[in-house]
Amino acid sequence: MVRRAVEGTEEPVVIRGLVRFLDERSGTAPFLKKALRYAFPDNWSFLLGEVALYAFVILVGTGIYLTLFFEPSTASTYYTGHYLPLRGHEMSVAYRSAVDLSFKVRAGLLMRQTHHWAADVFVASIVLHMLRIFFTGAFRKPRDLTYYLGLTMLILALLEGYLGYSLVDDLLSGMGLAIGYSVLMSIPVVGGNLALLLWGAPFPGKPDFESRMYVAHVFLFPILIATLLGLHLFLVAARHHTQFRESRRTTEKKVVGVPTFPGQAPRSLGLFFAVAAVLFLLGGLVQINPIWLWGPYHVAAGTNGAQPDWYLGWLIGALRLVPNFDVTIGHYTLVPNPFWGGALFPLLVFLFLYLSPWLERRLTGEYGFRNMLDRPRDAPWRTALGVALFTWVFIIFLAGASDRVFVSFGVSYEAQIWAYRVLVFVAPVVALLVTRKLCFALQQSERLGRIRKQAEAEARGELPQPE
Amino acid sequence: MKMRRWAIALGVLLLGRKKRQPRFADRPRIVAPGAPDPRAEWVALLLLLCAAAAAVGFIVVYSFNHLAHQTQYLGLALGLAFAFVAAALIVVAKRLVVTEELEEDYPLSHPTTQEEVEQLVEESGDRLTRKRLLLTGAGAAAGAIGAALVVPALSLGPLLDTGGFYETPWRRGVRLVDEHGKPLLLDEIVRETFYTAYPQGADKELLGSPLVVVRFEPAQLHLPTQRRDWAPGGVVAYSKICTHAGCAVALFRKPTFPVVEPGPALICPCHYSTFDPTRAAKVIFGPAGRPLPQLPLAVDSGGVLRAAGNFSGPVGPAWSGVRSKAPRNPS
Ligand code: HEM
Ligand code: FES
Repeated sequence: MVRRAVEGTEEPVVIRGLVRFLDERSGTAPFLKKALRYAFPDNWSFLLGEVALYAFVILVGTGIYLTLFFEPSTASTYYTGHYLPLRGHEMSVAYRSAVDLSFKVRAGLLMRQTHHWAADVFVASIVLHMLRIFFTGAFRKPRDLTYYLGLTMLILALLEGYLGYSLVDDLLSGMGLAIGYSVLMSIPVVGGNLALLLWGAPFPGKPDFESRMYVAHVFLFPILIATLLGLHLFLVAARHHTQFRESRRTTEKKVVGVPTFPGQAPRSLGLFFAVAAVLFLLGGLVQINPIWLWGPYHVAAGTNGAQPDWYLGWLIGALRLVPNFDVTIGHYTLVPNPFWGGALFPLLVFLFLYLSPWLERRLTGEYGFRNMLDRPRDAPWRTALGVALFTWVFIIFLAGASDRVFVSFGVSYEAQIWAYRVLVFVAPVVALLVTRKLCFALQQSERLGRIRKQAEAEARGELPQPE
Repeated sequence: MKMRRWAIALGVLLLGRKKRQPRFADRPRIVAPGAPDPRAEWVALLLLLCAAAAAVGFIVVYSFNHLAHQTQYLGLALGLAFAFVAAALIVVAKRLVVTEELEEDYPLSHPTTQEEVEQLVEESGDRLTRKRLLLTGAGAAAGAIGAALVVPALSLGPLLDTGGFYETPWRRGVRLVDEHGKPLLLDEIVRETFYTAYPQGADKELLGSPLVVVRFEPAQLHLPTQRRDWAPGGVVAYSKICTHAGCAVALFRKPTFPVVEPGPALICPCHYSTFDPTRAAKVIFGPAGRPLPQLPLAVDSGGVLRAAGNFSGPVGPAWSGVRSKAPRNPS
């Protein structure tokens, strides 16, 4: 053994054995070779999707640890642990077990906080990934299906995060659930019935509701996301990555990139460990959602300046901005107020995103395969419309934090809301016009640059280079 | 003696840098060649050892029973372990493996096979003479079985019976108590101070239970005429649940300098719906679509505040139809 290893033949023997074992039993050697030589176009923005993937892995890992200690029950109990401010308080078993997980279980707080940070980073990286897909036109055929799957995962990720912090039954959980319940109730005609179906009874609902959230959060949604994620990645690989026009070798027909092995593997694995490092450092060093400070939820309790996780801020903002009216017909209320901000607004945003590939095909008449990416300036209308939409969403997101601005800096809340109510209409239009102009200006200056270069080359007596 | 021989063998095994003879020299290379970089190898090795040390550190910190800032040290140790591995892998990626550029054809679609699939399916149905009828039958079976599988979901909640939304535990004569169950006495209610009250003996965790109770000078109140005697001694009571989205109306704005400051208000912290308690909780700002329902009050011979009936309207967030019925007591 020792001699063979020193001669350096040990390693190939192991590999040969492994590959032979696999191939003889599954016939996958050709596939394996192809997978190892799959070409990854080399661009940093392509790593955003991978960050989402790795955050998901960390979420599942830390989440499983949490399930070993968390008790999803709204049964009433009294806290008797070491944290003095809560001693003797009446609370649900769920909340007590989450407090114990933070203070009594060794490494419990690290896992809880890492899980929470991973959720925030997960959604953030999905959103950035989506922005890169949108603004480079990577959603066009043959990747529109990939794009729809991605959007669906984004929706599932938002719901999954909401369920996660609603489970704990601290004050913020309860306030968030009351709002979620009211938004569901506000759906015209059937809202009340749907809310009764999910909650089992008028808010705060039957005790079963906690079990329903729990099974959704730890089983249904993760499995759904994992399944869609598998399909998403399968489709990416099946059609290959898109690429930017970087050299004359990158064309609609040929993809140029670094092979999975040995080039891409250490980069991607390195990215995984980097994501894990950042998440565990955050989880250990930066406090997030200190539930023991919020206290247990009671329907009669509330606190000023409460904020949900960042990715729900746009919905809070929308709820804040709608003026005070319900749509009524005589004594019959048809559309309660939370519908506009809580339901219709996200519906419109996602509708626009889902329809984009189809809309673009209709508007440009381009029905063919598109493997080459646009730079944002190459598609001024798409870029301008996208910037307008995301400006709109971002302004509303900012409005969601106006209570914090009021509480921390004393800026009049009402003045802020009125300013946002105006901005919501003005900013997207301005963004649209400015972006379009900017795109054309960039194209123009590029054209001028090319002409100047050519003229200089000719002046020096060189032959003009064909593009 | 034996130990030393083993140590030497181990040293040779680990440190020996014998160049491996290429075993596939007779074939063209698949992976592009590159020059070795021993310095980078040492750096990668060092980083991996640091990762191992940090991971051991994690285990050591974990093994303490009580340690100040244990969570921070745990996170630091594990995070650093991962960070060192990440750094080692970056060194490997940048210096120890070649970065080749491959060209691959983008995959195409398969028009002939597509047609063959279509043909195959069509030919398979050749023997059927009542295709449409059979499809109708299959559709009926699928639809009915689908419906049968969905129906048990109705056990989740009373889908059609929305009567529960209108129920509250308040009725004529129910005493107002504080969160410890102590009755609220009219004389103990201080002017322009915020109280939370519950119905005596009822579940506090129902949307229909909690009240905000505030006292004003009777002359300050501008209630509708039919509610004129709902506020004995200037004490008004409203549902504490916001009519916007169900949060608790937990803030009270009391003007400290009434000449320039806006009037008193009940404010919901969730989206700052603002209600005027002197005018039957009219919405004066924010998104709520209707006022907070008011509870008529009375005072008994012992000076205790009691309900004089049920709320003026349904409690809490709205749903389609909310205003069409008055609140009632559970039967
Ligand atoms: C659960 C969240 C998601 C994960 C884990 C994920 C993961 C990935 C990964 C690893 C890739 C390959 C690397 C890359 O091109 O960036 C990818 C590609 C892609 N994703 Fe996602 N993604 C998610 C959500 C989304 C969303 C929300 C969208 C769009 C609405 C989307 C659309 C796409 C498209 C079109 C591609 C192909 C891009 C190309 O080939 O250039 N994905 N995704
Ligand atoms: S819940 Fe009270 S303002 Fe929205």
